[in-house]
Amino acid sequence: MNTANPAAAQPWYDIIQHTLKRNDVKLVTYVPDKVFTPLIKNLHADADFLTFPTAREEEALGILSGAWMGGRRGAVLMQTSGFGTIPNVLASLVVPYQVPVIMFVSERGTLGEFNLGQAMVCRTMRPVLESLAVETHTITRHDELEFIVDRSIKQAVATQAAVAFILSPLLTGGKVFAA
Amino acid sequence: MSSAVSAVARYDNAKVVNRFDLTKRLVARLRHDEAVIGGIGNTNFDLWSAGHRPQNFYMLGSMGLAIPIAFGVALAQPQRHVIALEGDGSLLMQLGCLATIAAQKPNNLTIVIMDNGLYQITGGQRTPAAGTTDYVALARAAGLSKCAWAGDEEDFEKLIDAALAEGGPTFIAARIDDKPGVGTTDRDPVQIRERFMMGLGVRRKV
Repeated sequence: MNTANPAAAQPWYDIIQHTLKRNDVKLVTYVPDKVFTPLIKNLHADADFLTFPTAREEEALGILSGAWMGGRRGAVLMQTSGFGTIPNVLASLVVPYQVPVIMFVSERGTLGEFNLGQAMVCRTMRPVLESLAVETHTITRHDELEFIVDRSIKQAVATQAAVAFILSPLLTGGKVFAA
Repeated sequence: MSSAVSAVARYDNAKVVNRFDLTKRLVARLRHDEAVIGGIGNTNFDLWSAGHRPQNFYMLGSMGLAIPIAFGVALAQPQRHVIALEGDGSLLMQLGCLATIAAQKPNNLTIVIMDNGLYQITGGQRTPAAGTTDYVALARAAGLSKCAWAGDEEDFEKLIDAALAEGGPTFIAARIDDKPGVGTTDRDPVQIRERFMMGLGVRRKV
């Protein structure tokens, strides 16, 4: 362990939790993913956060957009297939109204995926984000996580533009094939 | 619960009323800078035509999200009452949000559904639910206990007054005719959002 870097001792989900808190992002909605299990559990246990599930990812983007306009910052957790349901909402609400929603996507469909449906929908994600010019970071390294998330939340708020964090299996371990 | 929200109107005996008339009645009863979120299409157009207010937000796409947006505003500003105005076809696209709201119980949120069974703006095609699905029964089954059909215009006003006075979440549905919306909103999303945020006291004019 690198003792010069205390963040290295923390799991990725703890880094996300305290970075959200430090940036006053305390409303977190989610449609779950197995990978997010510890983050969701810890957010529910932390009284500083209001955390709840929504039925769909586009519903979550609506809630976060309303909250932002009312003066409250929010983030959404989803998996790759959930991202596949939101292009219309990104294109007709989040991007044109300039709403800085903060999206965390647990990346399925790559690096050992066992479900072809997940692998296919994963290929649609980056082209959609690119075509809408949404700031996107694929995070693979634990030592870069805090810097990327912290700076990008600040940039999203300052520039009133959404940001997507794609959390690679290289960071989270991903979902392992049950042989 | 007051008698107003346990009113006896049902889908089959509710009067068919006019959306623009109801929207004007709604806006006239707002006394505390309540926020109003208008869903796409004629719901929005009639809200705009009832007299623009800085606390009105007009959606230009994202069909089905007026209720989630209103819920988000309600979470951010618990002291302000927030009203979602939505069409029946739009609600059908996002029924799950009723369960989310029933679970979170925002007491400053009122949902108003304008039900004519039609996708009016696309040419008046019937929705898959037209004449079959009872939206108030759906809302109740989702866990929203304060829900009612508006029996007529006066009943609608009473239901709105009760929702504003007693808190919610409240779900009110009205059967409406097929008259087109009056006028259209302007379509500048950034201006709509900035004006709304100034209306909510989140932004100051620069």
